[in-house]
Order: sequence, then structure tokens, then C-alpha cells
Amino acid sequence: MKLALLFAIVLPAAAQIPYERIRDAAHEPANWLTYSGNYSGHRFSPLRRITPANVARLHPAWLYQTNDLNQFEVSPIVADGVMYISEPPSNAAALDLATGRPFWTYRRAIPSDVHVCCGQVNRGVAVLGERVYLGTLDAHLIALDARTGRVLWDVPVADYKTGYSITAAPLAVKDKIVIGVSGGEYGIRGFIDAYDAQTGKRAWRFWTVPGPGEPGHETWLGETWKTGSAAAWVTGSFDAALNLIYWATGNPGPDYDGNVRPGDNLYSDSLLALDADSGQRRWHFQFTPHDTHDWDANHVPVLFDAEYAGKPRRLIGNANRNGFYYLLDRRTGEFLAGRAYARQNWAKGLDANGRPVMLPGTEPVPAGVVIYPGIHGATNWASSSYSPQTRLLYVAAREEGNTFYRATAEYKPGNYYSAGGMRGIPGVEPSGSVKAIDPLTGQQRWEFPLHTPPWGGLVSTAGGLVFGGTADGYVFALDAANGKPLWRFNAGAPVLSNPISYEFRGKQYFAIAAGRVLFTFTLD
Amino acid sequence: MIWRGYSLLALLLASLASGQEKGAILFATHCAPCHGAKGDGGRGSNLAVPKLPRAADDTALSNIVTLGIPGTQMPGTRMTSAENRDLVDYVRALGLTVPAAVEGDPARGETLFNGKGGCRGCHSLGPDLSDIGVRRSISYLRKSLTDPEAEVPESFAVYRRIILMPDNFLMVHVVTAEGRAVTGFRLNEDTFTIQLRDFDGRIYSFDKSELKDLQKLWGKSPMPSYSGVFSDSELTDVVAYLASLRGER
Repeated sequence: MKLALLFAIVLPAAAQIPYERIRDAAHEPANWLTYSGNYSGHRFSPLRRITPANVARLHPAWLYQTNDLNQFEVSPIVADGVMYISEPPSNAAALDLATGRPFWTYRRAIPSDVHVCCGQVNRGVAVLGERVYLGTLDAHLIALDARTGRVLWDVPVADYKTGYSITAAPLAVKDKIVIGVSGGEYGIRGFIDAYDAQTGKRAWRFWTVPGPGEPGHETWLGETWKTGSAAAWVTGSFDAALNLIYWATGNPGPDYDGNVRPGDNLYSDSLLALDADSGQRRWHFQFTPHDTHDWDANHVPVLFDAEYAGKPRRLIGNANRNGFYYLLDRRTGEFLAGRAYARQNWAKGLDANGRPVMLPGTEPVPAGVVIYPGIHGATNWASSSYSPQTRLLYVAAREEGNTFYRATAEYKPGNYYSAGGMRGIPGVEPSGSVKAIDPLTGQQRWEFPLHTPPWGGLVSTAGGLVFGGTADGYVFALDAANGKPLWRFNAGAPVLSNPISYEFRGKQYFAIAAGRVLFTFTLD
Repeated sequence: MIWRGYSLLALLLASLASGQEKGAILFATHCAPCHGAKGDGGRGSNLAVPKLPRAADDTALSNIVTLGIPGTQMPGTRMTSAENRDLVDYVRALGLTVPAAVEGDPARGETLFNGKGGCRGCHSLGPDLSDIGVRRSISYLRKSLTDPEAEVPESFAVYRRIILMPDNFLMVHVVTAEGRAVTGFRLNEDTFTIQLRDFDGRIYSFDKSELKDLQKLWGKSPMPSYSGVFSDSELTDVVAYLASLRGER
């Protein structure tokens, strides 16, 4: 009896995460219940125990090492004493917050013929009710029992043999699990799906490349829509009041040869506002029409409310891979403001509707053309962070150009389909920075220089800090007000992950993966 | 329409091309700019050798084509598996060609290298030349002697996913807060710190926030030009000596 009681105390109860808890995540800052911490895509922690005054005392609490050589890109979920993570290639685990030891692990055998452009990775799980949801490289969505890691259902989302895969963390919205597909370099036809969380039955699908008869189809020539890509490989955001899911899309296919697909190529490089119940498109905004530089718009959309032009507005901010920052109305998709936030040499600016005014001679040619930003963009999938406290958007920005060149490619299902490529610029050492941007104007408030272009995201906290990691192997804390570096730790391997902050037994933690290791840090 | 006609023709030609021809086209596009049109080296290493020092077998070579070589100027590529195979076959075939005889007297070259040229001192700390004969062509070696700054290594592989500073001997000049000046080769650099080795072999570690000045001397080499130092025939002998250095110690 005594033993049983002890057992009950030591092992946390199974997760009970109804939708309402995720929607009201701000009410329980100790936890991190969804990919971005809240539905608004803020990656902000209301915790305030770690401050600029004491952050210098931050030290490792525990480390968790994966057994896989692929990049560890996880953004963990924390709920009621348990940390739920995904690991490369398509595994999952529930870790004890006290020790970092696993309660359970789920291991998936991945076929040898999966097609991924950029590593066999996974960026995290979703939690809803008593279940953990994971997308897999062989393009399945699976539901695991949060208590045991056992598979409750396993549904194929797409045929991985034709180039589809899943690397994004799913988004749990009400009674559905929303997931987008990867595969933009394989000539897939992209889509975003929602599945019934209970049964795994598909509730809706939104094709990110419209088919015949659908609006936007006219932006594709002939059959090119069938290989138009527009993958949806980064988790979206959700506005419960508007019942809209915001999800971004990637490059049109093939990446670099625009000649074979004249037109704007909707809805590539776009932000989509979809009805959460039906998946129907409410509006779209395309950042880079007819993209030929692989500037996926796959970022977490940042939702915030503020007074704009004298009126309270529901807004959406996006620091885009193409080098421009955009402010949109999230009810209508109306473009409100935008400006370059990083080095770019391809557009004169944005017109009144937010459409880029392209400069001549910026399209890839066989001999190559030097363009900023490079293929990996002025920022990439790693999340930006919005602090409602400082009202600043923090962006991990990349200062890296490329020589882009165009080739021809023949589409074969499952084969790489990019029609060109890029090279580094000789004599130029790429770098990066953490930029604090006023999200209403896109103007820069401060900048902290990074030696290498970052692949890691940022988390800001109510304690007044911005945490992140560098591609040269450090994790760090900056003063959210002015960007001053206040703490650093040499993790010894590049950070390609999104950090989080949570509280456990009265202590605030900062967690981030670097190399093959998930680090957690706390104060004494 | 014209374009379409052209593309159809290109497609037809591509489909008719043999694996070796496809390999040659791929080599000309991706490899020749650094490794030379004949693969006998330039900025990149000499590939027209029977044994590639970095690739013991075809699988290893295929992996290098895909991933590049971290820390060097060799970048990764994204090719289909068929293209990769064609390219690997082509590169292997380069090694079957008989290399041209090297002019000059390597023994005399060695004497010049150690004596008149004073090369040994710097190269015990600077770039390792013990297998330079395998890695670089004759013309590249000669150019390096007469114009050392013509091609200073760069190397910022686009797909770099591990921390590894390029082995490029970037010259760095720093001034500490106390006003102490140090010039040397960069061994490591990150967002917060930099490590270097001066020309006497001493190593240093600095916190960048504590430096008064940090200059990266891109394109600069501490090596002097030997065009006025060695005669033409002496240069030929030194090159012959360097070409004989093939990693056999």
C-alpha cells in the first residue's frame, strides 16, 4: 500500500491536456503545451524567475542524448511533470522532468528509400487529451498513448515513395490534429491535413497547389501544378476567436527554374488562413510570387494584437526568408506594412499590396547570379519569438548570400527535382545576428551579432531575457531590452532547434537541443 | 517555342548520352571550376590519381560528392543517385590516365626548400605539404610559389552542419584591451571567442568582447613570393620536390 502510494507520487499522472488548456496556455506558464508555447506562435514564456540579474548563474540541470546521428531539431512539450520529445529520425519519448530519464520511448523503423532534402529530422510532437501525436518521415501520422508510448492509431498521410515526408510537429486544434507535408524538393503537390484526434480519420485536406477549377489554378501552366510543391513543413498558428488556422507554405517546384512554371504559382511561399473546422481557405498572402530562390515562407506565423493606424487590430507578423518583414491584418490578410530587415539585393521594395518589386537580372541563370539572401534565407524555419512585454519580435537572422544557378530537371516520382542549385560566395564568410524588430514597422531596435548564420530559434521570457543558440555551438541569453549578452554556455555542437522555458518544482528551466543532446538549464 | 525546341533537343541528347558522357558534363559543371578541366588539380585537389587520399572506395567517393569534406573547400552537392554514380565513375576513370613526367630535380628542390627558400620553418606550422604532390597540380604549385596570394583557401561549405573551422590559415590581427598586438593564423572562431597561433607557434585564446581590435586579413598570406628569389630552373626543381611529396613518410 505504502509502495503503491509512493509510486503514485513519483510517477506523474497521465497527461490530461484538453483543448481548452492549450487555448489558455498563458494561464499555466509552468507548462509548454504546444509547439510555440501558445497558439499565437509567440514562443514566449511568462516565467520570470530567471532574470538579467541572475542569469549568469544558469547551469546545466540534466542532459538527454539521442542515439541517432541526424540533427536533433526538437521543440519539447512540457505537461504536468513530463517532457514529450521527438527524436530523429521519427522517434518519440516521454522524459521525467526531475531527471531527464525516459518513462517510455517509441521507435519507428524508417524505410531506407524515404526522400528528404535536408536530413532525417523531426521537430516535435503535439499533445492532446491523453495522447501524443507524431508525424513520421515515411509520411504517416500516429497517435501514441501518453502513458505508455503505445501506438493507438497510425495513418498514412501520403506516399513517401513519391517524395512526401513529415518533419513538422503537428498542431492540436480542438478535436483535430493538423499536419503539413514536406517534400518541396521532390515535385510533390503540397497539402495541409486535419485528422480526427480520436480516430485518425481525415477530417479535411487543403491542397496548397490548387487543382483544375479551383481558384489559383490559373497561376500554373498546363500540368505544372501536379509537381508544384508548396510544402507545408513548419507548424502553424491558430486564432480561437476567429477559428482560423494560419499555416505557411514553401517553394514552388522545381526550385530554381521558373521558366517551366510561368505565373505566380499559388499558393507557394504563402501564408494561408484556413477555417479550423472545414479547412476552407479564408484568405492567402503570397510573399514571393513565382519564386526561383527557394525562399519557402515556412515560418511560424506570429499573431498579436495592437493599435495600428489609430485602431485596435488583430495582426500577424512575419520575418520572411526572402529578407522582408511583413505586417498583415489576420482577419482579412490585408497587407499593412513591410520592409527589408536583412541584406537583400533582389527587390526594389514592396508595393502597396506587399508584392515585391523585383530588380532585373536576379533570376538564376546557368552561369550563376549572386543574390542575398541565399538559399537558406534571411531566416529559416527556426522560430522567431514575440514578447508581449517588450512588444518586440526577436528574429534569428542570417547574413549569407549565394550564387544561384539554373539547370533543367526532369520530374521522376521520388527524385530530387530542383533544376539548379547554389554555391557559396568565394571570399565572403557568412554570419548572422539576433535582431529585435518593432513588429508594427519592421524597424530594427537592436542587434546582437553571431559569428555564423543561425539555425536555432529563440524564446523570450517575462523575466526579460531572450534565449537561443548559435550554429557555432553556443547557447546564450541576451537582455531582451537591449541585446546585451548576459550568459553563454559552450554546448560543443550547432543548435538546430527551437528552445523553450518551463517550471518544475519551483525552478524555471531553459531547454534547447544542440548536436545530439537536449540540454536543460536552471538556477541553483 | 524556340526554347521548348531547344529543351527537347537537350533532353533528347541527355537521354542518348552514355553514363560516361553524363559524368563528363556533371564534372565540367560541378567539379572542374576547382579541380581543373582535366581533374588534375587547381584550387581543388588533383583527382587524376590512381588512389584518392580521401576516398578509399567508390562508396566513400560517392559520400564526398554528397556531403563534401567538412573543414575544407569541398562543398556537398545535391544530385540524384544516378548522377552521383555517373560522376563517381567519371572521377575514377580520371585516375587511369598516365600522369605526365615531372620536370626538374626533386633532390635539388629539397635542398632549396630547406636552405635558400627557408620554407621548412614556416611550413612546420603553416599548411602541411607532406602530401601536396597528390593534392595539387604542377601548375598550381608553381603559381603558389610565385604568387602566394593568388588563391588563398576560403571554404565556407554551404551545408556545414558541424562545427569545424576551415583549415584555411586565415591571418588575423588582434589588439587586446591592454594594447598588446598579436598576428597569427585563426585556429577557431565562434560568436564569443577566437583562438589563434602566431608565427612562432604560440597559441592564444581571446574573448572577443575584450579585444580592442580584430582584423581578418582575407586574401593575405604571410608567404613571400619566390619569383625573384629562385631562378626559373630552381623553381622547377622546388616544384619537382613538392610534386614528389605524396604522403609517404
